[in-house]
Amino acid sequence: MTDFVLIMVTGVGLGALYFLAASGLSIIYGLMGVLNFAHGAFMMAGSYAGWLTMGALPGSWSVATRLLVAVVVALAVGAVIGLLVEVVLIRPLYRHHIQQVLVTVGLSLASVAAAQGIWGADPRPVEKPEWMGGTTLVLGARLPNDRFLFILVAVAVFLGLLALLHYTRLGLIIRAGVENRTMVEALGINVHRTFTVVFALGGAAAALAGLLYSQYAGTVSPAQGGSLLIYAFIVVVIGGMGSLVGTAVAAVAVGLVQQLANFYAASGVGDLSVVLLLALVLLLRPSSLKGAHA
Amino acid sequence: MTEQPTARGPGSPSPSEVGPVLTVADLHVRYGGSHVLQGVSFDVPATGVTALLGRNGVGKTTTLKAIIGLAPRSGRIVLRGKEIQDEPTPRIIRAGIGYVPEDREVFGGLTVDENLRLVDPDLGVDAPIVGRLFPDLVARGRQRAGTLSGGQQQMVSLARVLLRTTSVLLVDEPTKGLAPKLVTEVADVLAEVARTTPILLVEQNLPLVRRIADTVVVLDAGQVVHRGGAAELVADADLTRELLGVSMRREGVA
Repeated sequence: MTDFVLIMVTGVGLGALYFLAASGLSIIYGLMGVLNFAHGAFMMAGSYAGWLTMGALPGSWSVATRLLVAVVVALAVGAVIGLLVEVVLIRPLYRHHIQQVLVTVGLSLASVAAAQGIWGADPRPVEKPEWMGGTTLVLGARLPNDRFLFILVAVAVFLGLLALLHYTRLGLIIRAGVENRTMVEALGINVHRTFTVVFALGGAAAALAGLLYSQYAGTVSPAQGGSLLIYAFIVVVIGGMGSLVGTAVAAVAVGLVQQLANFYAASGVGDLSVVLLLALVLLLRPSSLKGAHA
Repeated sequence: MTEQPTARGPGSPSPSEVGPVLTVADLHVRYGGSHVLQGVSFDVPATGVTALLGRNGVGKTTTLKAIIGLAPRSGRIVLRGKEIQDEPTPRIIRAGIGYVPEDREVFGGLTVDENLRLVDPDLGVDAPIVGRLFPDLVARGRQRAGTLSGGQQQMVSLARVLLRTTSVLLVDEPTKGLAPKLVTEVADVLAEVARTTPILLVEQNLPLVRRIADTVVVLDAGQVVHRGGAAELVADADLTRELLGVSMRREGVA
C-alpha cells in the first residue's frame, strides 16, 4: 500500500511535468497546425534561464526566493522566445508544413549545440530549496515534496488555461480556431494575431516545464529539453492535438504508467510501457482520447 | 394562402438604377494544374438578390471563396468602389462582406451564443436581430452548435453574419440538405435580409431562385455564360435546361 501511494503520487507528479511540457505544444498544433519541434528548445531555454538567474542573484537570498524570481524570468524568456520564433520563423511558412518542421528541427538542433558550446554538454547541478528536497509522510509513504509543487503548478496552469479558453475572447478565438481556422478568418477575425499570443503562451509554459524539470532532475543540461519533448509529443498524440483536457488526462496516464511499470516490472520498462500505451490508444482510438476540441 | 415576403421592398430602386456594390472582373482561380475560374466577370447590384447559378462543379463556391480570399486568385474585386483583391480575408470581411459558407460550418464545440459572440463580443442570442429573424435560437444560447439540427445550424450561420453591418452577403447553398419547411423558412429570412442588404446567392433550388432573386449570373466551365433577370431565366424552360440541365417542372415549387 505504501509503495502504491508513493508510485501514484510520483506518477502524477511526473505527469504534471509532462502536462506543462505538452500543453503549449498541443494548443499550438491544434490552432495553427504547426508541429513545433523547437518546443524542446523553449524548455531548455527555461531551465538555463532559471539556472543562470539563480546563480546571478545574491547568495544571501534564500534558495526559495531565488527560485521564485527564476520562475518569473524563465516565463518571460520563454514567452519572448516563443513570440520571436512565431514572428520571424513560423509566420512566413504558415502554408508550408514541411518547411516548418525543417525550421523548428533546425532551431532545436542549433540551440542545443549553442548551449553545449556556451555551457558545455555535461549536466550542471541546480540549487534546490530545502523543502523541495525533503519528504512528507502520507498514508505511511514518504513522498518527495517537489512532486507536490509540480502538481500544484500544473493544476494552476491547467485551471488558468481553462479559464483563458472559456472566459476570454482570446480563448473563444482559440477554441474556434482549433475547430476551423479558415472559418474564423471568414468571420473577419485576424487569427494570426492570436497565433503570436499562443506561441508566446506556449513558450512560457514550456520554459516553466523546463525549469521545473531541472529541479526534478537536479541538473540542467542541453539534452534535457529534447528528452522531455519526446514525452510531450506522446502526451499530445494520446490526448488529442488541441485538447487541453485530453492533454491533462494523457499526461497523468503517461506519468502513472511509466512509474508503475518501472516499479512493478523493472527499471527502464517505464519508457517502453509509455510507447505501448501510445500504440494501444492509436489502435483503439485513432482520433486520440479527446479528438480536437480544446 | 399567406403572402410570402419578396426580396425587394416597396419603393426600392431596381438593381439597374444604382451602381454595383461588388464588381468581379477577370477572376481566375487555379488549383494545381486545374484552371477552375477562367476570367469570371460580373456585377452584384446594390439591391436585391443576385443568384449565381450553374451545374455542379462549375466554380460557384470557388467564386465566393475567391472573392473573400479563401481561394488563390488573380483578377480585380471591387467593393463599393474600393479594390480589395490584395487584402487578407479578415480585412475583406471587415470591409463589409458577410460570408455564409456551404455546409454552415458553425463551430460545433462552441455554444450558439459563443458562435455569435465570436463575431461581436457584445452581441449574442440576446441581439435584437436574432430575436426577430431567428427566434428559435434565443432559447438555445447555451446549447452546443454541433448538437443542433441542420436547419438550426443554418440559422446560426446566417445570424452570425447579420450581427455585423455588411455591404453585401455571399450566401452559399443555404438550403442544401434541408427539409421543405426549413427551405421556406430560410427563403423568408433571405428575402427579409435582402430588403436592406444585397445578396450574392449560390443556389440549386430554382423555385427559391425564382421567388427571391432579381438577377442571375450563370457559370459554366469556369466562365460566365449568361446574365439577366431571374424571372426571365426561370420562365424559359429551354434556357434553364440548356444552362443548368434542369427545368422548373422537375424542380417543383418551394
